[in-house]
Amino acid sequence: MNNISPTNRILALIAAALMVSAYFTPLWQISLWAPQYPEGLNMKIWIDRLSGDVEIINGVNHYIGMQHIGEEMFPEFTYLIYVFGFIIGFGMLTAAIAKRWALYSFFGMIILLGIGVLIDMYLWGYDYGHNLDQTAAIKVPGMAYQPPLLGYKELLNFLAYSGPDTGGWILGVSALLLTIAVFTEWRKKKKTHTF
Amino acid sequence: MKTRLWLMAGVAVAVAFAYGCKPKGAQTAISGDAASKVYVAPGQHDEFYNIVSGGFNGQMSVMGLPSGRVLKILPVFSVHPENGWGFSEETKPMLNTSHGFVPWDDLHHIAISTTNAEHDARWAFGNANNTPRIARVDLTSFKTVEIIEIPNSGGNHSSPFITENTEYVVAGTRFSVPTGNDNDRDVGIDTYKDNFRGTISFISVDKDHGDMDIAFQLEAPPFNFDLARAGKKKSHGWFFFSTYNTEMAHTLLEVNASQKDKDFIMAVNWKKAEEYIAAGKGKKVPVKYAHNKWDESTHTATSTIRTEVLSLDPRELKDIVYFIPCPKSPHGTDTDPTGEYIIGSGKLAAIIPVFSFTKMLAAIEKQDFEGNIDGMPVLKYESVLHGEVAKPGLGPLHTEFDGKGFAYTSMFVSSEIVKWNIETLEVVDRVPTYYSVGHLSIPGGPTGKPHGKYMVAYNKITKDRYLPTGPELAHSAQLYDISGDKMQLLLDFPTIGEPHYAEAFPASLIKDKQVKFYKLEENNHPHVLKGINDARVERDGNKVHIYLTSIRSNFRPDNIEGIKVGDEVYFHMTNLEQDWDVPHGLAIKGANTAELLVMPGETATLKWVPDRTGVFPFYCTDFCSALHQEMQGYLRVSPAGSNTPLKFSTGIAE
Repeated sequence: MNNISPTNRILALIAAALMVSAYFTPLWQISLWAPQYPEGLNMKIWIDRLSGDVEIINGVNHYIGMQHIGEEMFPEFTYLIYVFGFIIGFGMLTAAIAKRWALYSFFGMIILLGIGVLIDMYLWGYDYGHNLDQTAAIKVPGMAYQPPLLGYKELLNFLAYSGPDTGGWILGVSALLLTIAVFTEWRKKKKTHTF
Repeated sequence: MKTRLWLMAGVAVAVAFAYGCKPKGAQTAISGDAASKVYVAPGQHDEFYNIVSGGFNGQMSVMGLPSGRVLKILPVFSVHPENGWGFSEETKPMLNTSHGFVPWDDLHHIAISTTNAEHDARWAFGNANNTPRIARVDLTSFKTVEIIEIPNSGGNHSSPFITENTEYVVAGTRFSVPTGNDNDRDVGIDTYKDNFRGTISFISVDKDHGDMDIAFQLEAPPFNFDLARAGKKKSHGWFFFSTYNTEMAHTLLEVNASQKDKDFIMAVNWKKAEEYIAAGKGKKVPVKYAHNKWDESTHTATSTIRTEVLSLDPRELKDIVYFIPCPKSPHGTDTDPTGEYIIGSGKLAAIIPVFSFTKMLAAIEKQDFEGNIDGMPVLKYESVLHGEVAKPGLGPLHTEFDGKGFAYTSMFVSSEIVKWNIETLEVVDRVPTYYSVGHLSIPGGPTGKPHGKYMVAYNKITKDRYLPTGPELAHSAQLYDISGDKMQLLLDFPTIGEPHYAEAFPASLIKDKQVKFYKLEENNHPHVLKGINDARVERDGNKVHIYLTSIRSNFRPDNIEGIKVGDEVYFHMTNLEQDWDVPHGLAIKGANTAELLVMPGETATLKWVPDRTGVFPFYCTDFCSALHQEMQGYLRVSPAGSNTPLKFSTGIAE
């Protein structure tokens, strides 16, 4: 009895289908507000590119010696599309073969992807905030400008926010659907063993 | 069922988080009875005159405070077609320079004349930042009456700050440049450190009449001189100049001039300089600069080219110049009303240093130096320091004073004004500005006797403050009430040009001294007409002089014939009115100059060169009476070489 229920097959299919949105919607966003930017500056991170006020943010940040944000800064942009493609494909496969191991693997991949992305973002943020140009015009002793990983943080005159964007939330929904599927399968299996 | 509920809850949380992520905007509401505090009832006058630099429009704006109303655009360094400034023959010499006629400049700072470190408001001085000059405006006529060019200067930013009795107005160069004769000046830019000089000019001001003269120039190192303030009271006799680029970089200054932890405030003992001059230690050097003066009796400007200036070399003449280390590219340097404290605003610094004049003198006395620059001593930072204001904000630029022991510093980066106690150095209040304040101004703020009460923030960024007007926006200013413990925002108003510094003073100082009109009997213009009987036209070769009178509501003569294509026609118009507020204008079809706006009792001249035959109307542009629309005339222009006789008339009906 290693097959999953028809409901969970559908959930796996929906989860995989929802992940396709990652190619069309921004996954993550970083926003900045300052007294002279009441409307805020917003940068969106997509699966393979950046959009939004990236150049304005670069203009502001160069005074304190932060690196120029550009797509070349993120090698992830070159392979993330394949990683997503593989996981989506695996999700479809899961729905097709309806095996429990496949569902668990699919779920594991998404969780690992999420953790991996967060670690990757943290490492990038650390480098971006600490690795400053020593010839910068403004040097505040002891000050680092690492952006928040999630939520708000005050950096000099800026308030910074980091959090998921549309695509990120949809991925969250995928993960949630799979959590439900995995949880119900796990309970079913437990019940089977009990009897 | 449960699954669906969980899903919906998840989506709800997500939506709430996504939309709730923007923090509340900066406070926009103003509290209490702000409106009544800035309301000047119809027919009532403002309490303060506010003379505001026009920045890139090259003019000054005259505003009233607390209303923020614009009363006048006062032409200084830029032509002003609406009243003929720079277009009339009489005013053209005012804009003459060693480069010839320059129709525009960038006016950054205002200095209102003082006696005993208090406003006397006889004159307003303004600097031309681009083609270095200083202008003097007479505050009884609100007219620019003198402009002096500054030789050996590359950009007159550190100007026109004055000493406490208006003995001197200074001009420190922002851009150091090579000086000397033509060959000395043709040098490689990469020889900056060796061949460039940062010249500081002291321009004397005649105590009674205001006439300016370059008393001497100091040859300082090739730093960038940014701003300056005179010592006052106990520090009278000294002048303090902020410097940046003491790295002496000549390329990508944004980076290369921001490398040192400390630049300097340069303290100049000008009394000592006077002693050296009296002892004959100055050296006359050849230069070329224009000195332009307006004569209120002839209603005409004259421009004189001067060729010599007295130069002092502080490397050899000891004790004139001392350097006070000051953190990170100081912008403003300001002296408090007592003259004891000198505040340096390191625009890239995280603190505001406050220096003590007493400690500075003691350090000089003890020779407590950390080094020297070309023989000019560098004082020890700690020896001169009164203390540092900790965590004031970001990007300190300028400091003004209320006379009650508090200083107010503008913070460009954190877009706020910070109030702090000069003695204890504690920050006591802060208010946001909209957005990124540059200069701030308190009536009497730079003097020994601030009038307090109000403070104006002049901002560099406008964004959403007013109805949008395309890409180019009015520069915004805010008025604050500073009479209480807490600063209170009262008013947000747009300004003209791009104001940098402004000075305000009580209206009572000058409002009863205003010139209302010019007496005709005192008009010594060579082409004046004292009455309608002298109105005439005279030909002198290809020059035609039209002696024109204007009075409500006619020109005499009004019909003129016998002018030929290619003639130079001079309209010498005298306004015969002898009452306040009756100017007359003169506009001629096809004139590629501007109009004239002539005040009662004044004479002005507009040159007009007809380019084709025909009949050309001219008319009065200033709505002068019920019959203003009847105030007109015709000029007949005949072909070159034709025989049309010179003829003019008024009032003869056929």
